[in-house]
Amino acid sequence: MKDLFKVNTKTIVATGLGAAIFTLLFMFVKVPSPVPETSFQTAYGVSAFFATLFGPIAGALIAFIGHALSDAIQYGTPWWSWVIASGVSGFIFGLAFKRTKVEEGEFKGKDILTFNIIQIIGNAIAWVVVAPLLDIIIYQEPASLVFTQGITAAIMNIVSTGVIGTLLLIAYAATRTKKGSLSKG
Amino acid sequence: MSEPAIIEFDHFTFQYYSQAEPTLHDINLKIYPGEKILIVGPSGSGKSTLGHCLNGLIPFAYRGEIQGSLKIQGLETRDLDIFKLSKVVGTVLQDSDGQFVGLTVGEDIAFALENDNVPTAQMRERVAKVAQMVDMDSLLSSSPFELSGGQKQRTSLAGVMIDDVDILLFDEPLANLDPATGKTAIEIIDDIHKRSHKTILIIEHRLEDVLHRGVDRVIVINDGHIIADLNAHELVSSAVLVDNGIREPLYVTALKYAGVKVTSEMKPGHITTLSTELSGHALQLWHEKVKTAAPENRNPSVLAMENVSFSYDGKRPVLQEINFDIREGEMVSVVGKNGAGKSTLSKLLCGFEKEDRGRILYRGEDIRDKSIKERAEIIGLVMQNPNQMISKPMIFDEVALGLRMRQVPEEQIAERVDKVLKVCGLAPFKSWPISALSYGQKKRVTIASILVLDPKILILDEPTAGQDFRHYTEIMEFLVEINRMGVTVILITHDMHLMLEYTPRAIVLAGGRKIADTAASVVLTDAEVIREANLKETSLFALAQLAGIPEGTRFVQGFIDYERGLKNR
Amino acid sequence: MNAKLKLFSYNMADTFIHRLSGVTKLVCFLLLTFAVMFSYDIRVILGMMVLSIILMRMAQIRFSQIRLMLVYVLIFLLTNAIISFFFSPEQGVKIYGTKHAFAEVWGISLTWEQVFYQVTKFFKYASVVPLGMIFLLTTNPSEFASSLNGVGVNYKAAYAVALTLRYFPDVQRDYHDIYLAQQARGLELSSKAKFFDRFKNSLLIVIPLIFSTLDRIEVISNAMDLRGFSKSKTRTWYTSRKLSRQDVLALVVSAVLLLFTVAVSVFINRSRFYNPFI
Repeated sequence: MKDLFKVNTKTIVATGLGAAIFTLLFMFVKVPSPVPETSFQTAYGVSAFFATLFGPIAGALIAFIGHALSDAIQYGTPWWSWVIASGVSGFIFGLAFKRTKVEEGEFKGKDILTFNIIQIIGNAIAWVVVAPLLDIIIYQEPASLVFTQGITAAIMNIVSTGVIGTLLLIAYAATRTKKGSLSKG
Repeated sequence: MSEPAIIEFDHFTFQYYSQAEPTLHDINLKIYPGEKILIVGPSGSGKSTLGHCLNGLIPFAYRGEIQGSLKIQGLETRDLDIFKLSKVVGTVLQDSDGQFVGLTVGEDIAFALENDNVPTAQMRERVAKVAQMVDMDSLLSSSPFELSGGQKQRTSLAGVMIDDVDILLFDEPLANLDPATGKTAIEIIDDIHKRSHKTILIIEHRLEDVLHRGVDRVIVINDGHIIADLNAHELVSSAVLVDNGIREPLYVTALKYAGVKVTSEMKPGHITTLSTELSGHALQLWHEKVKTAAPENRNPSVLAMENVSFSYDGKRPVLQEINFDIREGEMVSVVGKNGAGKSTLSKLLCGFEKEDRGRILYRGEDIRDKSIKERAEIIGLVMQNPNQMISKPMIFDEVALGLRMRQVPEEQIAERVDKVLKVCGLAPFKSWPISALSYGQKKRVTIASILVLDPKILILDEPTAGQDFRHYTEIMEFLVEINRMGVTVILITHDMHLMLEYTPRAIVLAGGRKIADTAASVVLTDAEVIREANLKETSLFALAQLAGIPEGTRFVQGFIDYERGLKNR
Repeated sequence: MNAKLKLFSYNMADTFIHRLSGVTKLVCFLLLTFAVMFSYDIRVILGMMVLSIILMRMAQIRFSQIRLMLVYVLIFLLTNAIISFFFSPEQGVKIYGTKHAFAEVWGISLTWEQVFYQVTKFFKYASVVPLGMIFLLTTNPSEFASSLNGVGVNYKAAYAVALTLRYFPDVQRDYHDIYLAQQARGLELSSKAKFFDRFKNSLLIVIPLIFSTLDRIEVISNAMDLRGFSKSKTRTWYTSRKLSRQDVLALVVSAVLLLFTVAVSVFINRSRFYNPFI
């Protein structure tokens, strides 16, 4: 359990660069959805990917820093309620750290299931609980509004985290297969 | 000299956990304080692993099994950790962008002190002092994006010297620098050595460039063994270099072509020390004999720029009035220092950016209105880093990607991919995952994924960056084959060997203008062009002068033609 | 596109606000942001907005620097206002406990309470924006990390922020190059493609970007380990500055403003809300 929160230099570097990628994708790489005026955030697939490889601290910081930075670039200030929710989602994604065999080059059936159960829980807590509650506490937004928004966001983010995150982890696992059996020639 | 060794390998063997065999075998080596040592070897020889053992990355970041002993300043390294070692051994890595972690020069130099909890005021003083030593003191608040490669490297150097380490370790310091900057880097290292008497280790495979200044010993490593431990003169006159896939200095090759037996008495380690008393005559005879018979390319024009100008912001011009005309089947290099406009030129050709003025002509026709996708069917671009192009796990899918996105029927795709895989020598790996390939093979995959669209012109950005002599030759000979099949090849590079040996013609850019467009042998012997484009005069030219041959440029051209003749035989 | 694009158009002017240390600015920003996020009193919120607009002028922030951000903020706020009205036209009534209807549209009665609630909320959201802009546009990015560490954030987490700022331009350049190269191979990120294919197409950019970044992570973390990062529990910062008297003054004023906001709620409004209807 203690291992889950171990932070070494590599974790920090992965966090810094992961947050840079998150920021960029959050602003520029959105997948248009069938519902007009909405789009899927590929960035959450990336925070889930890094969180699975580097743990909950990295996951939380990547989404928190990335979301805060892209808000700051676009709006001049972070919208804290959603930034915090992003951080919470990244943290929960990180619970998949060391629960899958992706580092050993395997990411199949059971691993995919584990990863997706965790990401669904993470997105649900972040967008159906944390974000709406903060919006109600801080801004007195109507509950019906924020929960509708939250549930929509949760569904969209579950889809994009599920698709992008799973495919990235499969691709990553493929790069790990040959290690350990390297011989010259 | 009974001073104790500062570094002592004693029956030292190292094996990575992920490897089936040791990477370093039974290394015995003593290095004394104040020595300047060059460590050479081909890729995968173990030379970088040796460096990692010295600075503590092994076993801190890379796990493995160590046998035997390695002592630094009399202390067994396995009892020290990476942080203690970093106070003795300062490492300058080859990727100066990766090593430059600070947001500004000052912060980056201060990095080690920050981690040591040195108070800010004291830190500023020490940073100012060290920055002065590497001539960066006027740029302390510059960000890495405002600096050249050489300046970034000097910052890295200052960042490790700030700890007043006794040993400086340079891991491939020349890999990312243009020729003139590389030459300066070697001079800076030498000056520091002379001034501070630190022990210096340089790991490189570009022997001739390091030997621009003197070294005490050269250690040759291959297959994890120390093959030779000689001074530069002895090494260059031995067969060790050729046998181990390390490129010997060009002037030495020329001497050999002229039938001269190179001996250590001739002091051939550096062109500046070489004595040509005995060889001058042989060189002259050879020079007379060599036929310069490069057939001129008389094909019709395939790609031309007419008065092309371009600017990103509408103010600062990046390219001005560029004119050139490339004929079908040519192999041309585009050279110039960073920021000269080389990559912008390739972006304009691919349609990634649109010229502000002037015309780009394909077979005499303006291609301004063609989209990026349409242009890719005429002009293909291969990026420097294959990892930035590869997006599929399997080779077949990666190569087929461009066709699939063009809705080509699947049977046709299979046929075309098979064909191009065969051309690229990748047919046996057709169903392999890309992750199992070597760097060179990955490079081939990216070339194949572009060739499959059947472009008439191929642009490659630094195709051989970071490659040792064997891989360099493999990649370049492969490109020559593709060129022979009728594809026009444009190479963006600052590798002088590459332009000299493989491209009969070089277009030189400086400050957004074309300053030369002629034979590579002319470019690399023209002092003015060399200076403006941050190139370096080829040692062949110096050799010609030493041997009293007045037509230096023709001598260089003769060498190229002779060598091509040997390869084609 | 210029690859050297700066993150924010940080301007190197020499004003009172620029001279404040990064820690001071961060703390003041957090205190004042907390104040306007806490208060639901339009008098306090408008007062704070006027103050921060004055500060913006003092910091010589030009309108051109913030125009685009303002457009985004306005779009966001207007959308929020409209949706929030249709979702809950009685929210104001619920909060203020009275109902003063003055018109009726499509069977929904418009009340002064709803208008007051939405106007207050509009300014409550908007008032954070100038505070954020002042902080971002007057703080040297080099001071971000040391400031975070200065307010108690673990230095490793703070350094992750520094690394993000350091490598964002590199990542942006790589992204742009990869996007162009994949476009040449035929990639189109339009909504014409089938639903699942759109995800797959975005991966054609994301995968090369991430995998080339993973290589860099190793190089950078080696470089940092080799220079002693994370060897002790604390670290000092090249860019940190001693607090001046002006810093102390700014901190005290911000703290007083926060206390004042809380005091208004506790002693005058007896809740977070200012209720003019009773």
